[in-house]
Amino acid sequence: MALTGLAGRHSDAAPADVPPAIELRGISKAFGPVQANRNISIRVGKGTIHGIIGENGAGKSTLMSILYGFYRADAGEILINGRPTSIPNSQAAIRAGIGMVFQHFKLVHNFSVVENVILGAEDGALLRPSVDRARRLLAELARDYELDVDPDALIEDLSVGHQQRVEILKALYRHADILILDEPTGVLTPDEADHLFRILANLRDQGKTIILITHKLREIMEITENVSVMRRGEMVATVRTAETSPEQLAELMVGRKVLLHVPKGPASPGRTVLEIEDLRVRDDDGVERLKGISLQIRAGEILGIAGVAGNGQSELLEVLGGIARGTGSVKLNGVPLDLAGRNADGRSRRRAGIAHVPEDRQNLGLIMDFTAWENMAFGYQDDPAYQKNRWLMDNEALRKDAMGKIERFDVRPADCWLPAKSFSGGNQQKIVVAREIERNPDLLLVGQPTRGVDIGAIEFIHRRIVALRDAGKAVLLVSVELDEIMSLADRIAVMFDGRIMGERLPDQTDERELGLLMAGVEATAGKAA
Amino acid sequence: MQRMPAWADAFLVPLISLVIAFLISGIVVRAIGQDPVEAMRIMVQGGFGSAYAWGYTLYYATNFLFTGLAVSVAFHASQFNIGGEGQATLGGLGVALVLLYIPWPHWTIALVAAMIGAAAFGAFWAAIPAWLQARRGSHIVITTIMFNFIAGGLLNYLLVNWMKPAGSMDPSTARFGEAVRLPTFYDLPLVGQYFTKSTPANITFFIALLACFLVWLLLWRTRLGYEIRAFGKSEKAAIYAGISPFRIIMLAMLISGALAGLMAINGTMGGQKRLILNAVEGAGFIGIAVALMGRNHPFGVLLAAILFGFLYQGGAELSLAMNIPSQLVTVIQALVILFTGALDNMVRAPLERAFAAGRRGGAPQGQGGP
Amino acid sequence: MDFATLIEILGSTVRLSTPLLLACLAGLYSEKSGVFDIGLEGKMLMAAMVSGAVAFVTGSVWLGLLAGIAGSMALAALHGLASITFRGNQLISGVAINFLAAGLTVLVAEDLFGQGGRTPPVSFGAGRFAPIILPFADQIRPVPVIGPIYADLLSGHSILVYVAFAAVPATSWLLFRTRFGLRLRGVGENPAAVDTAGISVVRLRYTAVAITGLLCGLAGAYMAIGLSAGFGRDMTAGRGYIALAALIFAKWRPWYCMWACLLFGGLEAIANRYQNIDIGAFTVPVQLTANLPYILTIIILAGFVGRAIPPRAGGEPYVKER
Repeated sequence: MALTGLAGRHSDAAPADVPPAIELRGISKAFGPVQANRNISIRVGKGTIHGIIGENGAGKSTLMSILYGFYRADAGEILINGRPTSIPNSQAAIRAGIGMVFQHFKLVHNFSVVENVILGAEDGALLRPSVDRARRLLAELARDYELDVDPDALIEDLSVGHQQRVEILKALYRHADILILDEPTGVLTPDEADHLFRILANLRDQGKTIILITHKLREIMEITENVSVMRRGEMVATVRTAETSPEQLAELMVGRKVLLHVPKGPASPGRTVLEIEDLRVRDDDGVERLKGISLQIRAGEILGIAGVAGNGQSELLEVLGGIARGTGSVKLNGVPLDLAGRNADGRSRRRAGIAHVPEDRQNLGLIMDFTAWENMAFGYQDDPAYQKNRWLMDNEALRKDAMGKIERFDVRPADCWLPAKSFSGGNQQKIVVAREIERNPDLLLVGQPTRGVDIGAIEFIHRRIVALRDAGKAVLLVSVELDEIMSLADRIAVMFDGRIMGERLPDQTDERELGLLMAGVEATAGKAA
Repeated sequence: MQRMPAWADAFLVPLISLVIAFLISGIVVRAIGQDPVEAMRIMVQGGFGSAYAWGYTLYYATNFLFTGLAVSVAFHASQFNIGGEGQATLGGLGVALVLLYIPWPHWTIALVAAMIGAAAFGAFWAAIPAWLQARRGSHIVITTIMFNFIAGGLLNYLLVNWMKPAGSMDPSTARFGEAVRLPTFYDLPLVGQYFTKSTPANITFFIALLACFLVWLLLWRTRLGYEIRAFGKSEKAAIYAGISPFRIIMLAMLISGALAGLMAINGTMGGQKRLILNAVEGAGFIGIAVALMGRNHPFGVLLAAILFGFLYQGGAELSLAMNIPSQLVTVIQALVILFTGALDNMVRAPLERAFAAGRRGGAPQGQGGP
Repeated sequence: MDFATLIEILGSTVRLSTPLLLACLAGLYSEKSGVFDIGLEGKMLMAAMVSGAVAFVTGSVWLGLLAGIAGSMALAALHGLASITFRGNQLISGVAINFLAAGLTVLVAEDLFGQGGRTPPVSFGAGRFAPIILPFADQIRPVPVIGPIYADLLSGHSILVYVAFAAVPATSWLLFRTRFGLRLRGVGENPAAVDTAGISVVRLRYTAVAITGLLCGLAGAYMAIGLSAGFGRDMTAGRGYIALAALIFAKWRPWYCMWACLLFGGLEAIANRYQNIDIGAFTVPVQLTANLPYILTIIILAGFVGRAIPPRAGGEPYVKER
């Protein structure tokens, strides 16, 4: 077994001191006109944890998919343990000792753990011997690495954290010496993330090489020896973690001083627009995702919801936007909203004066095959202004309306006949934001407004949100980017595990305190007004 | 990646698929020892060569227009309605009930009543699978297939046990009254002189043309059409926009079923003038080919329906003139479904590459892309 | 109804269930791998025609059987091409294959034999599967109860009947006890899991579709040169769809497939023997008996009696995601 043969290695080794387990030289990969990776070179020392950090869309996942044989690079060379290695498919990657834990797990939901582990790495044509051997090995691994999970449990019955362990076990069962983890903590609770890091440290100490892909600076600082930064398909730097700082990494990631500062005056909150009382939401599996939320938003105020993705923020937006059903009480301008009845839908919400820029614009906010002008009316198709008469829609009016929005929001190209899928991410988002903001809603729900959006569009969108606030409207902003929350919100509520952990004012708190709240640590400081 | 221009997508792809289907059919004809060119000549002559031929071609085309539109409307809501056959069968039942048991003074009022009967029965037969899909998640393809068989069984039972005239051995109803006979092309002013009294094509053809226009209006000019198309592209987005999936699935399928049911006006009321056991004769399935070939656009459906009307009539003539069974038409139909539906990517990919290559070749002189 | 009649109906049930069972198991392999197949009917029909024709011409059941399998597998390959390689709509492909078979079989049979799309009759020993008499059948027959069951119900069927029922445990074993089965089930639930484990999704699915072709070939050949003495126009008469219904009814499980097919075969046997069944004052029309498989399947599909959940990746062409 490869597991037991290697001696423990210590973690303070730098790239030059240890032979590289993986070396990439000049890797390039394009998808059509999009250059996902451009001339990337990197050395990952054996027995180290190497972080790869970058914004969404920086090309991290593409690079790792090349390493795992999912894509073939257009140019460049891969060396494993100093030997040039060709990785045309996943089989070759596995043979080369590479294991991958994908962001979205590749597990068969109605198979048992042990079946998932042996799938594709069976010993022979019959299952029984493989199952027996895997069971023994799983017990060993559980003992050695804190990787305990019931071998006979079905995947669909396991928590996300346990499912991730199965992915790691799969890699180890295939004798992986190099383990790649793609955004592994995105779906984990802080406890589960801590456990994961303990497992990774154990594995490193046993001589495994680990590549950790993330966009979270804290994780990089906590566990890696070295870190490489990617930006727009290029590798901009590789540094020792001990010799860098989160500020420096953030700057490298974005390419300029971060702390996007949104020019905005002080808020002048007015009457209460939205009043949420003990709001609860269950998902399709009956799991409670919102566990009694109470919030208020006033006119002329942006309330930012901070939190690690998956702690109920999406459900909050969905129930307020009429997509999900819930219980409790939500009042808009003093009028209760229907949370579970006939009027718990997007149509009624819009009529009540709620506009919604959804988190997932490609699957929710837009019909990608519809033209820009059709999308500019999406959700408002029954607006009387869009009707010619009782029966027919006034497509001319729709197009005129769309052209106006395109101009005011500087959507490019300014062609209302193009389908939404032909626009870049930033321009798609502008279409959605234009449509929702120009409704002049009493309450604007905004989820991840700048995810996958270029810098120029980010500033533009931020300014529009602030302008809506200044016009005396209420805004509920959900973002996993703490920077965005800090610079945009007038008041910050932190969500953890379906609850509000606390509220703070941006100028009376800092990232450290918010980070603790996001991790579910009850704060000692007093509650902000 | 740049896609090919819209006109190529709308016309070139189906056309190429059609040519491939015809080529393969030609090979089949050659393989059974007949001359494909001669076969084609006889088909064109038999399908388009005379007023007599047109009378049949347009009669069949009318059937296929209704069933093709039915499949198209459902397709736009991302529902694959294979149940046109059963819905048309029920439509025939609706027509027969309306015409047999009420003494209509004139065909015009009878037509309106029969249309309501046909549409209502067809819609009812689509409503059950639609409800099962919308509320219980039962796969509509499977349920509509099952409902085709059940419709056949139901009609068989009703004809044999209840509706056939006493003493008759034939499982069919009595003939409808002479007063409700629909005018055929022979009865029409101006064109009537070219057709004979036995011409089956009747004024239902014009109702079908009107249906074509109304479906176009529905899909691209009304809120419901907008919502149907949005739902068909993305259910999640539709829910975000406040569009009720239940409402859309039900309405789209009801419209689809009603259109399929209306086919019986042409066949049962106009053609056979009584309800017979197998009145639909696969027209419900041909609707699938027509919808695919016509790219789910009413104008395309019109062209495709006429094409299939021609194939049907030409194929019948062919089986008389040469030793080629009319099943040749079924083969062509299968190949059209295969190439325009299932193997669409195979036809499309080389074409897209060709367009991309053409664009690159012209790029240095031309303007840059948008 | 006396005991002899009961045995007779049960014997007929076994024979009529056989093509359903073979086609149902055929569908099981394809759908377990994530490829929906509503073209079972077409493949059976093609196999029936080809085997009928070849068995008549050569006088050999085995050549007929092989040819029938080849015919069915050719259509299966077409389905694979459309739904696996070109990622087309699997349902549309199935519909096309059904029509292709419906047209081609008549066209070819008519061209070869000129008998209105039939193939000429074959007889036992010259192109038709003879019944197999199990050992001591005649000796045991006089024994009450057990005798008729052994001699008239279990014995006296063609080899394909025994093959069909043996295919049930074989399928169960293959799916749940072997590496191939694990991968097959995996690819139907989550092809990405199989792909990232370094196994070819395409090859697995083609294998499954080929097995579907093989079993549909057996089903069709049984129709033409086992159950009947030659191919007739549209002779499968919707059995491919009933097999599909049975597959759903059985919730994609091999042993349940057998019971569902026996049930549906039994309904057919009853419908064949009795026209309308009188139950006291109430008469069950033959049309109801004949359509009961469809009605029962819809009830199951509606989820009022247990839920039928198809393989999760079924119907979706596999595309690698970024």
